[in-house]
Amino acid sequence: MSVDIATVKRVARLSRIAVSEDDLERMTGELNGILGFVELLSEVDVSGVEPMTSVTPITMRKRADAVTDGDKAADIVANAPNSDQNFFLVPKVVE
Amino acid sequence: MTELTNLTISEARAKLKGREITAVELTDAYLSAIDAANGALNAYVTVTPDKAREMAKASDARLADGKGGPLEGIPLGVKDLFATRDIHTQACSHILDGFKPKYESTVTQNLWNHGAVMLGKLNMDEFAMGSSNESSYYGPSVNPWKAKGSDEKLVPGGSSGGSAAAVAAHLCAGATATDTGGSIRQPAAFTGTVGIKPTYGRCSRWGIVAYASSLDQAGPIARDVRDAAILLKSMASVDTKDTTSVDLPVPDYEASLGQSVKGMKIGIPKEYRIVGMPEEIEKLWQQGVEWLKDAGAEVVEISLPHTKYALPAYYIVAPAEASSNLARYDGVRYGLRVDGKDIADMYEKSRAAGFGKEVQRRIMIGTYVLSAGYYDAYYLKAQKVRTLIKRDFEEAFHAGVDAILAPITPSSAFAIGDKELAADPVKMYLQDVFTVTLNMAGLPGISVPAGLDHKGLPLGLQIIGKPFEEETLFKTAHVIEQAAGKFTPAKWW
Amino acid sequence: MTLVDTRTPDPKRLIPGATGDWEIIIGMEVHAQVLSQSKLFSGASTEFGKAPNSNVSLVDAAMPGMLPVINEECVKQAVRTGLGLKAQINNRSIFDRKNYFYPDLPQGYQISQFKDPIVGEGKIIISLGPDRQGNFEDIEIGIERLHLEQDAGKSMHDQHPTMSYVDLNRSGVALMEIVSKPDMRSSDEAKAYMTKLRSIVRYLGTCDGNMDEGSMRADVNVSVRRPGEAFGTRCEIKNVNSIRFIGQAIEYEARRQIAILEDGGSIDQETRLFDPGKGETRSMRSKEDAHDYRYFPDPDLLPLEFDDAFVEALKSDLPELPDDKKARFVRELGLSVYDASVLVSEKAIADYFESVAEGRDGKTAANWVINDLLGALNKAGKGIEETPVSPAQLGGIIDLIKAETISGKIAKDLFEIVFNEGGDPAEIVESRGMKQVTDTGAIEKAVDDIIAANPDQVAKVKAKPTLAGWFVGQVMKSTGGKANPQAVQALVKAKLGIEE
Repeated sequence: MSVDIATVKRVARLSRIAVSEDDLERMTGELNGILGFVELLSEVDVSGVEPMTSVTPITMRKRADAVTDGDKAADIVANAPNSDQNFFLVPKVVE
Repeated sequence: MTELTNLTISEARAKLKGREITAVELTDAYLSAIDAANGALNAYVTVTPDKAREMAKASDARLADGKGGPLEGIPLGVKDLFATRDIHTQACSHILDGFKPKYESTVTQNLWNHGAVMLGKLNMDEFAMGSSNESSYYGPSVNPWKAKGSDEKLVPGGSSGGSAAAVAAHLCAGATATDTGGSIRQPAAFTGTVGIKPTYGRCSRWGIVAYASSLDQAGPIARDVRDAAILLKSMASVDTKDTTSVDLPVPDYEASLGQSVKGMKIGIPKEYRIVGMPEEIEKLWQQGVEWLKDAGAEVVEISLPHTKYALPAYYIVAPAEASSNLARYDGVRYGLRVDGKDIADMYEKSRAAGFGKEVQRRIMIGTYVLSAGYYDAYYLKAQKVRTLIKRDFEEAFHAGVDAILAPITPSSAFAIGDKELAADPVKMYLQDVFTVTLNMAGLPGISVPAGLDHKGLPLGLQIIGKPFEEETLFKTAHVIEQAAGKFTPAKWW
Repeated sequence: MTLVDTRTPDPKRLIPGATGDWEIIIGMEVHAQVLSQSKLFSGASTEFGKAPNSNVSLVDAAMPGMLPVINEECVKQAVRTGLGLKAQINNRSIFDRKNYFYPDLPQGYQISQFKDPIVGEGKIIISLGPDRQGNFEDIEIGIERLHLEQDAGKSMHDQHPTMSYVDLNRSGVALMEIVSKPDMRSSDEAKAYMTKLRSIVRYLGTCDGNMDEGSMRADVNVSVRRPGEAFGTRCEIKNVNSIRFIGQAIEYEARRQIAILEDGGSIDQETRLFDPGKGETRSMRSKEDAHDYRYFPDPDLLPLEFDDAFVEALKSDLPELPDDKKARFVRELGLSVYDASVLVSEKAIADYFESVAEGRDGKTAANWVINDLLGALNKAGKGIEETPVSPAQLGGIIDLIKAETISGKIAKDLFEIVFNEGGDPAEIVESRGMKQVTDTGAIEKAVDDIIAANPDQVAKVKAKPTLAGWFVGQVMKSTGGKANPQAVQALVKAKLGIEE
């Protein structure tokens, strides 16, 4: 499988990465290079093989239901590019 | 003062405990060495001298009270991927511009709890994506090794290039690193240092900036096998904050050094003899076999038939996970924000400016392979192939093999700015061909220096073990180290 | 998911259009916040209404390197809910990442369950009615699945002219998404479904069902078709947060779609919002991109696995659910279906009723709870939780009637006193002299006085014996209602010489 420029544009949009028109062609070529490389997998017969869900066969550890965290709004927003009264600020979102 | 930085961790540990030297002296020696060398080697992206001296002072106080921990007063460097409280933590990416976390990763906290001293944060490929350290926002770290008669600057490998360079150049006693596809073992091999990627689940991932969650694993880079064993003992833990951390006690790895490998069955995977492998690598591998045979091990050829599919499967799984893991870098809560006309524009501009080319490439590939209509063909298939890769190893171990000996890299260190590699991302990806299988199977692997190539550059060998049998790796690597000797670069910086 | 049509078109549910009848097809995805102390994957509190970003851990804010660890209680709550929906419980389920960008979604993905949910198919019986004949119609609504997922944070848009304010307190709270099959055929059915689902989770204690605070909200899928034809194109109305709005949104949306189709147009599959102010649905502007959520198993987590014993233990601790309770009230206490339905509508009411009915006549208790208590609460704008009359107090009133200490009429007054002022009913009766007069001598005197004072009426009653009731009333009045009505009646008749 290979991708065209329109697909690369769509993927860039899904990835929320602005790609300039000049870069689109280069990126398309690179992505096709990688997709061509992984194409090697098509020769593997995986019928009846379970996909890996966890590399170590352990059961999932669970937490007891207790409040052990929180009450540190100042820490939460400490690195925020824009905040006010412990809220994060972003350009207005219109529904 | 300079000779202090030549002490290994085990040597320094003895001198500190015996009060022959102080932690402050040792720390100052490293800080001076960093001052003198970092301009040339670019191994550190941040040095924390005040913090280091303060920690060293506290270590000296504890040592004076006879209360020193296992790493008391040992100055270490930390890969920029580990969160360190109130200190630069950016995964060497522009997107984490100015980020200083309010938390400390479990692995580094374990080290500080054991008395270690932090010197600073080490250079790496951006978000641990790379094999040359060239994708760092802070520019490439430089390998302390140079080819005979050449002044060309070489890469220290990646992604833990800064860690490897700093350890090899004695700019720290040891360093933390991480390995997602070979990022501990390949730079260790390129710099003549020892690096171990433990079993997935051995070191907590809590507080380590995620690249590919199902593959990422922390481990040390050190000057010799003993130091690596000492460091891993302190880095590893059972962590209730990481669901994938495995509930097994951490053994005393150092105790396994010097144990005999007599009667051990060592597997030689025939599929690792790839087309175009340099003769020197082949010869080194054979040399390793001889050393282990001489030590009494039995060597058998084994087959890991799905080896060649590990790398393509990796380049589906890792980017897929990365595309999702890196979605949190959106300019809202931390890091770089580039203003835009609306929220989507802000996201797109911030992420375009914040992520480097290689990171963008992997996010794009990951997004594509997970997108509607392609999931089954790529991601699901790759995860099935992963099951087969793991099964290959299980069968070999089931047949009685105790450990596997293999090369680490297809070559010694290459030049910074290598045109051929820069032009074709896939060529760079092939650097991981011998290392990535372990990450796909979650197995431990150690890289130990085994010799120099014709250019006088270090080459390493890799020992692969069963899950949670790191002790086997340490004792086997120790045998090779004893036979091969240690390798230190001539100082030019 | 393949859509299966389980219902036969029913003429009484069809909507007449200009060109013929239409049938509405409704399916719902209800998001119910799990009742738990802490969040699904972090130790931060789930408490509502706290200061911005104070119920937020580093995990909830998706700081680099943070990892999720699952809250076992949330798993139990999901299993309990599944059991309450008579659903299949899956001993192995998988958490997936649903990837999309939104400012109130810090990770850039929501941890949810996609292919392998914790709960599979189940059902809810809704009851419509009563109709004019007093009959109820029970309808089975299929449950497709229930899965666990993280709630998102909240964005506020009116604090600043150009910026939105993001608060992550809700981010990471556990949600159960309960997906119905497209089995509903009218807004009444949809409202009954939501009401019933809310009742079930409240009985189970797995969600507080508080729709005002957003603890329960519905995405409503609506399509229309000609009766018997294939399903039409559906629109999804997002985040409807009251049962009344669910009804309004469906009614509006169905008529909108019918109007388009009758004009020869076609329906675009889209996401819409309900505007309660205007009573309209409108297309969501911001959803310009076709969604591609790129689900894949979350590599930070492992498969969620438990054994049958885990499920059995939860099952054995499950409270009696409304349907079972209702059936028992009808069967064992002889209540009407209507009364039983009213009493089981909320667990707190049912509990109250059972407490009152304990050792007393069920029907009497039901009448008092439904007519007097609920009536008074309703008038006072109070819920059952705020009742000023405890079950013991109401039971005391009923006991006083049974012991013939007070009359039924006095009991109503007594109830009002207890409701408004509180106090022990027996003591109030004693201290305020409300006791029924059973002393025949006293009653006889009162009867004699009335007869003596009303010769005209005495003359009339000879011709029209039913006028005896007037004398009874006068005697009751003169005794302040405290005379035993049966005794009064017997004496009046005897003194006036009226034959039985």
